[in-house]
Amino acid sequence: MKLIDKARMKSPWVLHYNAGSCNGCDIEILSCLTPMYDLERFGIVNVGNPKHADVLLVTGPVTHRGARVLRNLYEQMPSPKAVVAVGTCACSGGVFRNCYNCLGGVDKVIPVDVYIPGCAAKPEAIIDGVLMAVERMSEHTPLKRGK
Amino acid sequence: MAVKTVLPFGPQHPVLPEPIQLRITLEDESIGQVLPALGYVHRGIEKAGEKNDYPLNVFLVERICGICSATHGLAYCLAIEKLLGIEPPPRANYLRVVWAELHRLHSHLLWLGLLADAFGFESLFMQIWRIRETVMDVLEQTAGNRVIISVCSIGGVRRDLSEQQIEQTMNALADCERQLKAILPAILEDYTVKKRTVGKGVLPTEKAIRLGVVGPTLRASGVAQDLRMTGYAAYGELGFEPVVEQAGDCYARAVVRARECFQTIDLIRRALERLPEGDIQTKPRGNPNGKAIVRVEAPRGELMYFVVGNGTKNLERMRVRTPTLANAPALLEMLPGAEFADVPVITLSIDPCISCTER
Repeated sequence: MKLIDKARMKSPWVLHYNAGSCNGCDIEILSCLTPMYDLERFGIVNVGNPKHADVLLVTGPVTHRGARVLRNLYEQMPSPKAVVAVGTCACSGGVFRNCYNCLGGVDKVIPVDVYIPGCAAKPEAIIDGVLMAVERMSEHTPLKRGK
Repeated sequence: MAVKTVLPFGPQHPVLPEPIQLRITLEDESIGQVLPALGYVHRGIEKAGEKNDYPLNVFLVERICGICSATHGLAYCLAIEKLLGIEPPPRANYLRVVWAELHRLHSHLLWLGLLADAFGFESLFMQIWRIRETVMDVLEQTAGNRVIISVCSIGGVRRDLSEQQIEQTMNALADCERQLKAILPAILEDYTVKKRTVGKGVLPTEKAIRLGVVGPTLRASGVAQDLRMTGYAAYGELGFEPVVEQAGDCYARAVVRARECFQTIDLIRRALERLPEGDIQTKPRGNPNGKAIVRVEAPRGELMYFVVGNGTKNLERMRVRTPTLANAPALLEMLPGAEFADVPVITLSIDPCISCTER
């Protein structure tokens, strides 16, 4: 168990879901994976399957229709898991706060561990946020809680 | 006997950066019927545009789509300027072209990278996105932000370019052009890449015209239509020839966008060389009254804004018609009959932008 925990901290896999974002933060998340920022040097890999993922990156203010998908994805991820809200609209609804089809933030649907503000959130901030989420995740593991 | 399977493609899929669902009916490996399910990113921006003051809307419309935000801001500002009866100063017009074209350049590079990723050529994806970072640096240097640059305001632009910034932009463009020339043979002349794109998702000219296709998808089917030819902002003074290809397949669409990258670099250079001196902002006076329609060329095609003002600070109606809405029917015509493995490439070839379409 301890070995698996260690491995997870060394190589957290991320899942990305766009819950009604304008694409700005999504392309910044993709930028993080490319040679200039290169998230993979921290062992971070972008995966498409929620069952393989440790960290969920959510962008957008969460639309009514996207909320169900988001909840499904979160429930399909195995524990321990962390959720990162990327961008101002994922944090609070931002410019779309008063739009009729928006819930106004990821934390209205699922619990959020790390909030990254910015419109669009910068790659440096996203990298920082993911690493912060990994740290938080390590505190959440049952092993450490017992100490 | 063929086995029929219904496959939900999306809303969460590694190839799609955005949530859209295509319900694909498969007969063995080939595609029978495709039904799109929309509404995952509908936020209600048009309604929100009626609640805000008209100058505030600039920030809202830029967030309709992050990839072509400069064009959205430009189109909205042109529409309101039409209603107020004001003209931006010449320098502002040239600067608008510079930023709109920089956005087009980063959007096309992004698309070329995603195309490489769609057929599984990951190192090419990485290389193209590395080149794109040069453009993003220019955007950050000149406008202060990487993606949503918010430079257009009603009556002009918000930022000016200093001599030093112009020089840095020129250097970055030269650098970008050199790197692009080195890398493009890998995408346009490669045997395996051609195998995945040539003859896939063919859209003949007549069909393209009948379906009302716009942008690079239309130009790849042999129709020379580009709204920059109408000469809005400073395009009329810069001289402009649309890029046209004849084949109408995924390969032709890639070639059109690749050639447009060089064209865009040339346009930015010309705009910076001829940049007139003077003010960058005309003060807007009064409130918009009446109706205005503005059409501009976004990276994905024709973008239309219809704005109705009633003499108050709030607009009565703001309607946006985006390029992907026009291209989606063509996609549904291209997919049936194709192999299932080609779905990501064909879907990407129209450069779908769902957050534009659903707003």
